[in-house]
Amino acid sequence: MIVAGIQPDAEFVHWWFATGFLVLALLLYAEILVGPEVWARRPWRRYLWPGTLFLMGLLMWPVMTFFTNSMIHMVAHGSWAQALMVAGGAELGLVRGKLHSQWWRLTSFVGLLVSGTALLVHEQNGWTFARAAFLHHAIGWLVIGASVFPLLQAFRPRSVVAASGFATTFAVMAVLLFCDRDVAPVFGHLSTYAGVPHR
Amino acid sequence: MSAEIARRLERIGQEERTRVRTPRMRAVLALGPVTALAGVAWAVAQPWRLTLLHPYGQGFWWLLAEPPLYVVGVGLAFWRLVARELVEDMAKAKR
Repeated sequence: MIVAGIQPDAEFVHWWFATGFLVLALLLYAEILVGPEVWARRPWRRYLWPGTLFLMGLLMWPVMTFFTNSMIHMVAHGSWAQALMVAGGAELGLVRGKLHSQWWRLTSFVGLLVSGTALLVHEQNGWTFARAAFLHHAIGWLVIGASVFPLLQAFRPRSVVAASGFATTFAVMAVLLFCDRDVAPVFGHLSTYAGVPHR
Repeated sequence: MSAEIARRLERIGQEERTRVRTPRMRAVLALGPVTALAGVAWAVAQPWRLTLLHPYGQGFWWLLAEPPLYVVGVGLAFWRLVARELVEDMAKAKR
């Protein structure tokens, strides 16, 4: 009860993660613009986006612990935590030189695919039930569709299209997560079962 | 020509070379400000998302959660901490 009283609402957590995805998008866009050689001129810079990805995975665990009210929610949040950490960890290993094979980039592909599936599976309501439901469906399909970009990157690491698509995925995810509210209408529709909008 | 003048001329030349920016450099430098500007536009379009503008009766988390300011903050931090050094490195790599 005490934890429930002092913990932030779920929508705040979504906005904080949206901020994280926005950071990721900017870093990835910048890397595309300058190229990998210039990006790697300062060693700390190489760790920026994989480190951010890994940190977001780490922070997903408390979200899983404190913000899930059913088994399916817990499993979904746990799978996102693992997907983010594995993808971030693999990228960290690649930039550190501990991992060499480009096929490690497939971890991002698997991560997006698993995350998107978890998003769709754990949303029990239809698209227009409420804004949160709409966003779960939209982000789920976005992430599953966008998993083609890291897959392409594994085969063609220098593909600008694949890298741009990967970066844009995070930018769109940030926008969608910033739109999230706990109970709010979507396109003017809110199910009577969703509850009362509190703001 | 004294060594001091020569060094000064060399430095001026270097600064001018750095100032000549390619479209890619401009794009990198624009990423942060454009993001920050998007945050400002969002704040203007939806001022109720900024509880700091009407803070009375708001709890701690509502006062901490200011999404448009997060966007502005990310844009400015990216410009200050990442973009400027990146452009310097691009100029060095070009030379």
